Amino acid sequence: MPRTKGRPGRFAALGALGAAVSLVSGCAGAGGVAAGGDGTTLVVAIVSNPQMEDAISLRSDFEEEYPGIDLRFVTLPENEARAKITTSIATGGGEFDAVMISNYETRMWAENGWLENLQPHIDATEGYDAGDFLQPIRESLSYRGDMYSVPFYGESSFLAYRKDLFDQAGLEMPADPTWAEVADLAAELHDPESGTAGICLRGLPGWGEVLAPFNSMLNTFGGRWYDQQWNAQLTSPEFRRTAEFYVNLVREHGQPGAANSGFGDCLTRYSQGNTAMFYDATAMVSTVEDPDSSKVAGKSGYAPAPVSETDYGGWLYTWSLAIPETSEHKDEAWRFLSWMTDKEYTEKVAEEYGWERVPPGNRISTFENPQYQDVASAYAEPMREGIADADPKDPGMRPVPYTGVQFLAIPEFQDLGTRVSQQLSAAVAGQISVDEALEQSQQYAQSVGDSYKETR
Amino acid sequence: MTATAPAPRTRPAAVPTPRPAPRRRRGSVGGTALTVLTWAIALVFVSPALWMVLTAFKTEGIAQTDPPTLLFQPTLDQFRNVVGADFMPYVGNSLIATLASTALVLVLGTPAAYALSIRPVKRTKDVLFFFISTKMLPLVAVVVPIYVAAAEVGMLDNIWTLVVLYTAMNLPIAVWMLRSFFLEVPAGVVEAAQMEGASLPRVLWSVMLPIMAPGVAATALICMIFSWNEFFFAVNLTASQAATVPVYLVGFITSEGLYWAQLAAAATLASLPIVVIGWMAQRQLVRGLSMGAVK
Repeated sequence: MPRTKGRPGRFAALGALGAAVSLVSGCAGAGGVAAGGDGTTLVVAIVSNPQMEDAISLRSDFEEEYPGIDLRFVTLPENEARAKITTSIATGGGEFDAVMISNYETRMWAENGWLENLQPHIDATEGYDAGDFLQPIRESLSYRGDMYSVPFYGESSFLAYRKDLFDQAGLEMPADPTWAEVADLAAELHDPESGTAGICLRGLPGWGEVLAPFNSMLNTFGGRWYDQQWNAQLTSPEFRRTAEFYVNLVREHGQPGAANSGFGDCLTRYSQGNTAMFYDATAMVSTVEDPDSSKVAGKSGYAPAPVSETDYGGWLYTWSLAIPETSEHKDEAWRFLSWMTDKEYTEKVAEEYGWERVPPGNRISTFENPQYQDVASAYAEPMREGIADADPKDPGMRPVPYTGVQFLAIPEFQDLGTRVSQQLSAAVAGQISVDEALEQSQQYAQSVGDSYKETR
Repeated sequence: MTATAPAPRTRPAAVPTPRPAPRRRRGSVGGTALTVLTWAIALVFVSPALWMVLTAFKTEGIAQTDPPTLLFQPTLDQFRNVVGADFMPYVGNSLIATLASTALVLVLGTPAAYALSIRPVKRTKDVLFFFISTKMLPLVAVVVPIYVAAAEVGMLDNIWTLVVLYTAMNLPIAVWMLRSFFLEVPAGVVEAAQMEGASLPRVLWSVMLPIMAPGVAATALICMIFSWNEFFFAVNLTASQAATVPVYLVGFITSEGLYWAQLAAAATLASLPIVVIGWMAQRQLVRGLSMGAVK
């Protein structure tokens, strides 16, 4: 910038700054720069996953149907969205008319009276077939028999594997693999020199990262976090066996630097052809089977989640939509919720983007649609079975005082799970032993368990 | 920037000029090694930014290859996606938050800094320490009280809430910086002006500010950078009306699916204004920052 010569220059510069501020603020409303409409404005907090982005780009369809309702989206990644929505709901901030939550929050928040009971809305909406939702999904979003959020899509976990690599090595994936078999296959296929890991398993700390696959393994190994008296069980033989198996498998035949890889990293590795197997969320298929972002599209087979002592090993998760109790536009919000979770929406997405992009795993009718079966033949069935077989009330072999498959549906779990996951991740990195990780984790878990003993 | 600090005075001899003295040649060999090292370190530090810009011009498929693809057909598709999706309201909010808070900081900070340097009050040191101590509390510790207070007075999702917070956030640093620049102004110049009968505002405006201009520019730039990039308050206190560019940016991060190219394009666009302002104010900035540093 040239040096200003005397007053006029400086005044001009200051004036320009002032003008810029007043120009920008002049066109701002009370709150900010977004344009406003005449009718009702619904503010929707949503997680920035691809299927949700599709919904946002189809908003004009909704706005045409309901011309008086103007939609505004707040799109954030999972962790930020969860933190923000939780703050807003718990303190009654009231910024949102509709929020995206999951089966982790729904029941707890319904119990706290933070969410609108959707059952009366569902019953009053003709053609909104709630019986069409898969049973475990519907139940996981219900409190005392009423639904408090409605599922946008559902997921379980399964095992993706590279059919071409299996053929080359003369291996075959069993129809219902056990974890022991998976470990053997991983050992056969592990080939670090050519850059192929036997299996990709999450090792990243976070209750929604390493603990999701780990807990689903724990359930089928016969382990549990607490017994029915809330005594922590993290040093029990079953828990220890699971932790050792998981850590050894990923350290010996897993991806390099596993302690830093979460779902996203494993997804990249698998779609770039750097790992032979990948046990994770069924939602992976939208990337793995997309030729634009994946080198292995069409080369994958999908097997049900591996098991050990139980018959089923998959988890259960669903992104769902709820209406906060503080919303002043509950009827309009319900219109939006029902639009986004209706059968018609599925068809709308199929029409615009193709059947491979419809939100899967919430409605039976989607699974039964011949066109969907056509594009999803490789994975639709294991996905449906994974969801249908998941039982959040009785996730493992022995009774537990909590619900949830790959998480514990208690408010403390976000914190407890993250701490325990850090210990596990450190064991995956080889910084501490599995025993050390579990000793420490047991203490964390017991202090949470004690608070439940006192109150119950 | 710090990576380039150990750069030797000698330039990387592009034109081989004959150097007679052997002593100098030895120095030049060491100098060349240092230069190479400097470049290497600088490259390491710059590479994430380079990777970001490069990725922004890729398609999603190319963006995810391992090792990264360096030669490819560049595309502007990602930028089109980013700008197409309601980008401008976020830019507008960021501009208001940044410009208004920076202007407020300068208006409030300059008199404070003047008082604490040219006309020290009682306990100047304590006052200065008090200012800087407000920066010692982690933001995360106050966000819930601020959130609840903002909700009570109906200021959630309002851009002026961010303006107030950013002003408060930057004021201590600005006062400290401006104070060190005031101390640079030779006392004689000020006295001379006063002898001539110039009033205080006139001394401030016509005598001190021109001398301090680089310092003020540096202070303003720092405030702008902090406000433009601020994410924590923005994500917690705004929703659909007042969200700023960083909040828009993280919307491209997704836990399911791979959208690196699009994210890189959004990040490139978001960092562009600061880079441009920084580049334009380069000279002032270097002079301003080194001016303060000498003290």
